Amino acid sequence: MKHRTFYVLTIALLFHTLGFSQTEGMVFIKGNRYIPLYGRDSTVVEVKDFEMDIFPVTNSQFLEFVKQYPKWQKSNALKLFTDKSYLSNWENDFELKSSEKPDSPVTYVSWFAAKAYCECQGKRLPTVDEWEYVAMADENTRDARIKPDYNKQILAWYEAPRTNENSIGQLPKNIWGIYDLHGLVWEWTLDFNSVLITGESRKDVDKDSNLFCGSAAVNATDLMNYAAFMRYAIRGSLKAKYSIKNLGFRCVKDINK
Amino acid sequence: MKNQLNYLLLFISLLLISCFNNQEKNYENTSEIPVSREMTAELTSPPNVPTPVGRRKAKKLIVKMEILEKEGEMTDGVRYVYWTFGGTVPGSFIRTRIGDEVEFHLQNHPDNKLPHNIDLHAVTGPGGGAESSFVAPGHEKVFSFKTLNPGLYVYHCATAPVGMHIANGMYGLILVEPEGGLPIVDKEYYIMQGDFYTKGANGERGLQPFDMQKAVDEKADYVVFNGKVGSLTGDNAITAKVGETVRLFVGNGGPGLVSSFHVIGEIFDKVHIEGGNKINENVQTTLIPAGGAALVEFKVDVPGTFILVDHSIFRAFNKGALGMLKVEGEEDKKIYSGEIRDDIYLPEGPGLQEMPTTNEIVESKIPAKNFDEQMKFGKQVYMQTCFACHQSEGQGVPNAFPPLAKSDYLNADVNRAIGVVLHGLTGEITVNGEKYNSVMTRQMLSSEEIANVLTYVYNSWGNSEKVINTDMVEKVKNKK
Repeated sequence: MKHRTFYVLTIALLFHTLGFSQTEGMVFIKGNRYIPLYGRDSTVVEVKDFEMDIFPVTNSQFLEFVKQYPKWQKSNALKLFTDKSYLSNWENDFELKSSEKPDSPVTYVSWFAAKAYCECQGKRLPTVDEWEYVAMADENTRDARIKPDYNKQILAWYEAPRTNENSIGQLPKNIWGIYDLHGLVWEWTLDFNSVLITGESRKDVDKDSNLFCGSAAVNATDLMNYAAFMRYAIRGSLKAKYSIKNLGFRCVKDINK
Repeated sequence: MKNQLNYLLLFISLLLISCFNNQEKNYENTSEIPVSREMTAELTSPPNVPTPVGRRKAKKLIVKMEILEKEGEMTDGVRYVYWTFGGTVPGSFIRTRIGDEVEFHLQNHPDNKLPHNIDLHAVTGPGGGAESSFVAPGHEKVFSFKTLNPGLYVYHCATAPVGMHIANGMYGLILVEPEGGLPIVDKEYYIMQGDFYTKGANGERGLQPFDMQKAVDEKADYVVFNGKVGSLTGDNAITAKVGETVRLFVGNGGPGLVSSFHVIGEIFDKVHIEGGNKINENVQTTLIPAGGAALVEFKVDVPGTFILVDHSIFRAFNKGALGMLKVEGEEDKKIYSGEIRDDIYLPEGPGLQEMPTTNEIVESKIPAKNFDEQMKFGKQVYMQTCFACHQSEGQGVPNAFPPLAKSDYLNADVNRAIGVVLHGLTGEITVNGEKYNSVMTRQMLSSEEIANVLTYVYNSWGNSEKVINTDMVEKVKNKK
């Protein structure tokens, strides 16, 4: 009897994976409910199943994109959607500066450009909740946030200079099979400005005191909050037309059942 | 007639006074002080300060401050990624006068990774400017404020995580001078204390990341003036001449520790307590809170080197909170006699105080791989341990500390030299024909450090070029 349940379960699982064909260059992320570290009105959020790009979008991928969609070329992009730093590490519309590598993550892209890129591939930018959900995994666990080493590693990256010049895929992938969520560049999210962080971070601390109680419930350490704080701080400082040296993106895709 | 003349004089002088008063009109409310014209503020790196405001009128003052995240040296062989206002720790000194309208441009360099902002304690307004200056990398934010209260104020970054931004060096001082300026003095300097928290212990070589847990526990590895060990010692010492009045703008960025600021061998004639209006006189040590400042003034009467310390004294001698003021000029034997007799009195000598023996000292985790590294590490040990007495070129100090350069005593016997570093040396010796009767305490160094430092000494300044290895040190150590 026990055996039979096991079989049924295995078959069910098999069918589940078969019933869904994975997009190339993406992996399937099983949704769940979780408590984000900081910055929401309600403590528990739900993330539905989705697919996520394995790597951040690279310079060479973005080059293909601008060849296909001239309105996003460096010289053509509308000032409404980009600032003057847009692709400023590119020599011209189709060439990188000699110091840049094709397999480095593309940076100096605005939110509008990133969003257009994903949409042109039939994808979209991840939400903050989706991004944070996948990013809380390390190599062996889906939620590594309480591990001191995980947090220390992230904090160390926040301090390391010029990581945007590294190639993608050099650091270990996390348990989902996703690379470089931490360690290379910040990444745009669809709703980056939905969490209102004012310039006055200390006031934010007061405002969201409930959240700290919430995170305390999942045994948060100070380190854990600090790493998340820094991500929310950078998101809070952005405007959609900004193009920044250390800011790239990747896309996700909804699952159509 | 004479009376009439007197009246006339009185009238004229009254007129003059009233004119004068008109010019120096005291505004009941400093926010009403009008500004005339625009000027760009002079910003200076520590330990320098910009020119005093003097009698200039209140102006629209443009301050352009660039934020740079960059790697620097904490102490010999130890690197650290500093976050800075203007490229230095502490950040550039801003000098304003009461009533100035400061137009503040905060520029976040495109290479930086993080957003930043600035909270100036001299600002009256929400967040001290932090709210309006939150700026992403590669962008510039502009806001303006009027200086309403005279005093010396701290500014710092207030972006989450605030403690980490401050711990990485994001603080500095802004001075608001009263109407007519502070009294003119001969020398002015800018000094700011800060505590640093590194993953490795004090002195551990290499690039050291920030350690959040130590910062939360307030267990500092380094407590320093002006961002690094030795920023105010040796060639970097601040200077003055006998008879001059020195004013120090002293701040404390924290993030964790309060400073007991003291200058060894001086008494502060005046202290503007906490940087405000109230002046205390004849002060030995003044307390400077984290996120606070003080102005201290004193006249230097005798020549010599005066040591600036945080009188929480282990911070000074073990964590780096030590600076030097070198005063040149004529001696005044009445004020200070200098040495009259040469007797030995050593309350901190090895016989009286329990010091760790060399056996208990842990070996370095990164041993020197070759001669070049031995020389490099040896020099670091020398500068930390031997330099104070034997001096930078091994020349020693006449009549007090024997030279190491071309020293016959040193070159005659290697094992004796190792023994001296291991166990110390007391009593009369003759070096290059001169007699010395001094005391060298035993040094708290590992065998490897002794091998390195002696190799450095033997291969410098015309000595016999011997190379010492750890085994030789161990042999001498185990002989007794």
